[in-house]
Amino acid sequence: MGYILIIGAKSDIAKAVARKYAEKGNNLYLAARNSSELKEFAKDIGIRTQMDVKCLDLDVLDYASHQCFYDTLAEKPIGVVSAVGYLGDQDKTQSHFTEAKKIIDTNYTGLVSLFNIIANDFEKRKSGFIVGISSVAGDRGRKSNYMYGSAKAAFTAYLGGLRNRLHEANVQVLTVKPGFVATKMTEGLDLPKKLTAEPKEVAKVIYRAQQQDKNVVYIKWIWKWIMLIIKNIPEWQFKKMSI
Amino acid sequence: MGLSSWGNYPKIINEAFFFNQIGRLKSFIEDTDEIIPYGNGRSYGDSALNKKIICIKPQNYFLDFDEDNGILHLQAGALLSDILDVFVPRGWFLKITPGTKLITVGGAIASDVHGKNHHIEGCFSECVIMLNLMLPSGEIVKCSKSENLELFRATCGGMGLTGVILDAKISLKKINSKYIDQTTIKTKDLKETFEAFEEYKDKPYSVAWIDCLAKGDKLGKCLLMVGDFSTDGILEYKAKRKLNIPFNFPSFALNTLSVTIFNKFYYGKIRNKISKQKIDLDTFFYPLDSINNWNRIYGKNGFTQYQFILPEHKSFVGLQEILKTISLSGKGSFLAVLKLYGKGNENFLSFPIKGYSLALDFKIEKGLFELLDKIDKIVIKNNGRIYLAKDVRVSKKVFEQGYPKIDKFRALREKYKMNKKFNSVQSMRVGI
Ligand SMILES: Cc1cc2nc3c(=O)[nH]c(=O)nc-3n(C[C@H](O)[C@H](O)[C@H](O)COP(=O)(O)OP(=O)(O)OC[C@H]3O[C@@H](n4cnc5c(N)ncnc54)[C@H](O)[C@@H]3O)c2cc1C
Ligand SMILES: NC(=O)c1ccc[n+]([C@@H]2O[C@H](COP(=O)([O-])OP(=O)(O)OC[C@H]3O[C@@H](n4cnc5c(N)ncnc54)[C@H](OP(=O)(O)O)[C@@H]3O)[C@@H](O)[C@H]2O)c1
Repeated sequence: MGYILIIGAKSDIAKAVARKYAEKGNNLYLAARNSSELKEFAKDIGIRTQMDVKCLDLDVLDYASHQCFYDTLAEKPIGVVSAVGYLGDQDKTQSHFTEAKKIIDTNYTGLVSLFNIIANDFEKRKSGFIVGISSVAGDRGRKSNYMYGSAKAAFTAYLGGLRNRLHEANVQVLTVKPGFVATKMTEGLDLPKKLTAEPKEVAKVIYRAQQQDKNVVYIKWIWKWIMLIIKNIPEWQFKKMSI
Repeated sequence: MGLSSWGNYPKIINEAFFFNQIGRLKSFIEDTDEIIPYGNGRSYGDSALNKKIICIKPQNYFLDFDEDNGILHLQAGALLSDILDVFVPRGWFLKITPGTKLITVGGAIASDVHGKNHHIEGCFSECVIMLNLMLPSGEIVKCSKSENLELFRATCGGMGLTGVILDAKISLKKINSKYIDQTTIKTKDLKETFEAFEEYKDKPYSVAWIDCLAKGDKLGKCLLMVGDFSTDGILEYKAKRKLNIPFNFPSFALNTLSVTIFNKFYYGKIRNKISKQKIDLDTFFYPLDSINNWNRIYGKNGFTQYQFILPEHKSFVGLQEILKTISLSGKGSFLAVLKLYGKGNENFLSFPIKGYSLALDFKIEKGLFELLDKIDKIVIKNNGRIYLAKDVRVSKKVFEQGYPKIDKFRALREKYKMNKKFNSVQSMRVGI
């Protein structure tokens, strides 16, 4: 069986996705910063599924390392899923450019650097799939988190273009747009229960959408409609709102 | 957050700490008073409830598996169902399992649960090779039958009151099939029921469903189901579709009449005195797990399970008196499960003793607790005891009379300052 490359593998969503793919009979490359922290998790998946799981160090902000990272994978992956993301502190971004830049680079620039390399390989091999976890926050900029939202918007647009380019090469690109998910990113925030998904649920939706060759998927169906409404509020009215 | 256990009663407003890192747990325990571990909330009453709980489920890794000896090392938040999903297809099963697989390993140890094979294999602690426990001081101690024995005896069956079980090594048993060859024996009264248990006591698994509303000479009639694993080599094990109970039933849905019909239907379905079936392990061990949220049929006020055990020589008379009392009260039980038990163990608070136990479900309603107080008296008169994992109302006095090792347990709690940290609504009620 082939390998699936999971990027940002320490994220709760990524872990659920990894378990899902291994259960379905795939081997795994788990890539993250300080990947040694994933040792116990990798062992857990190994015991549960008897699939091969390798942990690899990867920092998406270390652009120069990306080509080498990919080249050293002995067996190239049949698919890649990225769960890398950084919510950051919106207030801080307004006066500290370094925080703004970290949000942009983590959610966008770093992934462009990495995905470019992988996309070229998949295109050449005429197979593979690329799953990028973006966010509903990228669907419209709001004052509460537009730095994160704008980086996700860029990532969403990038994935759209990539999908268009790779279509001919038979490479699938799936854009995932979660609403709220109960993970360490949102720990402590008071999220509405009905709108909040569990990582396991996210993994199930991602796996199914990927297998069914989908293009864009929201995590709870209701989010598609919420975002449809939000996107259609006229700008003169939207600018006065707090949502 | 309003939280309750399986009985949906009581509901406690509380704060949950999600346990995902040992270091964070340690500082949480240091900084917080009055906490109790919460597994999967399948205890019926208030054993896992308090204003502050530690949610164990995120801690669910399998740490190691020794294929040669069937020894699994795993974190306490893993569910028994996780173990089955992974290991049944490889020919392994739990040595001891309760009537639901939707409980955590920590919960199985803390209640020292038992199953249909107690008369042969004993409680869950029999398959626990060792466990790691975090004490109130934050120190982690390894407990087993050869190391820190006192803590081991207190923690198995200790209802979360000795600290947090972090991980454990448990031994699994080999199986050759996911099917059970079952024999069902239909009896006409309590005497026949006891004779049947006696006759089939060499069968590894046994349990009886009793019709609690039967009166007069039919008192104690039952379906006794005994069985063992098949040997056909079929191990393919897949999750089945589940029925769902989407909301709380209105409380009139479960009156005496519907319970009578249910009992008649179940009992009436089996025509012959002795019949044989081949059923899969989920149907045999976990019949109720096939319906999600079945606890909702008892309505929003919730329900409780009353489970007691009586020593062997007192079982017949005691049960007769209790069944009569229940039958007269007209408070039917959807489920009444009778089981034979083997010898008790050395653990301080484990429930089983050699004898028979009956478990009955009751909707929470007016007059119920008075009825249960009455039954308590009969239990105590016959030297029996109540199962804490199911209990939500027993008094301190009745509890103490049933558990002679309680003073040893209290002394140990005092020694390690556990009584200052780990308390549940239940432990405060019964004064543990
Ligand atoms: C349908 C059904 C059938 C059942 N059948 C049986 C049966 O046949 N035999 C039987 O013995 N029981 C049976 N039970 C009861 C059930 O097995 C026990 O209540 C079990 O303890 C529940 O485990 P849990 O993980 O849900 O824990 P919870 O209900 O959340 O907690 C139970 C107790 O364990 C403690 N605990 C949980 N995790 C830890 C930890 N990591 N460290 C320390 N303490 C901890 C809690 O503090 C609490 O005191 C049944 C329950 C149901 C709902
Ligand atoms: N939770 C939500 O409500 C929600 C909603 C919409 C979208 N999302 C998106 O879902 C994805 C997964 O998020 P999550 O909720 O699971 O949160 P998370 O646990 O914070 O996951 C983000 C992951 O990105 C990794 N990461 C950050 N910077 C990195 C870098 N420079 N190099 C490599 N990895 C880096 C983090 O690694 P470390 O562990 O090393 O920090 C972390 O594992 C993210 O893209 C997020 O934006 C989440």
